[in-house]
Amino acid sequence: MPSMKVRLLYFAVLRDIAGTDTQELALPDGTTAAQVWERLRGTFAKLADYTQPPMIAINETYADPGAVLRDGDELAFIPPVAGG
Amino acid sequence: MAYLTDHPIDPQELVRTVMRASDGAYVLFEGVVRNHHDGKAVESIFYDAYRPMAEKEMSRIVDTVRTEFPETAVAVVHRLGRMAVGDSSIAIVAASPHRAEAFAACRTIIDRIKETVPIWKKERGPDGEEWVGWQGRC
Repeated sequence: MPSMKVRLLYFAVLRDIAGTDTQELALPDGTTAAQVWERLRGTFAKLADYTQPPMIAINETYADPGAVLRDGDELAFIPPVAGG
Repeated sequence: MAYLTDHPIDPQELVRTVMRASDGAYVLFEGVVRNHHDGKAVESIFYDAYRPMAEKEMSRIVDTVRTEFPETAVAVVHRLGRMAVGDSSIAIVAASPHRAEAFAACRTIIDRIKETVPIWKKERGPDGEEWVGWQGRC
């Protein structure tokens, strides 16, 4: 089965929930960012109620939930920002 | 100019880097850690960021504002790590030949930073710690 590697970064509350700041994911070709979020909801009980993904960044640029990931991408879910 | 730092901010240094002889005004904005949020006491705040993306986003905002207010010169520094009540977490300087553009540019920058720059804060108070903006979002 064709697959790709994606580096998932965890920040802020998501880092606390996951207990790590980065993870290598092996995913089927064509996987979208939203599908990775679904996978996280299934993995971490504290995310189960969060049906809508937070903002998404691929390779340090904001992207749509439906964006298709590519081999070598760096994916981050961006919890509500609170800078300033 | 837009960057992150792990050290206390020196706002006057930022002013010196921005000001040109042609400027007749500068507006300096500092965001400061306060001792309360949503009715709860706050003792300190830990600021975290997706560093490379946060610097890129801040630079993008600064570049856009410079095109919207072409006569202004602007700079932003955001501090990360743990800060106590009274510490400045961000400083923005907007300088311009005339005050109106300096006020407007400074205001525009802080408003946009709060919307899109991937920076987070965890508030610590007598009841424990909490990431701001996450609870009750779903």
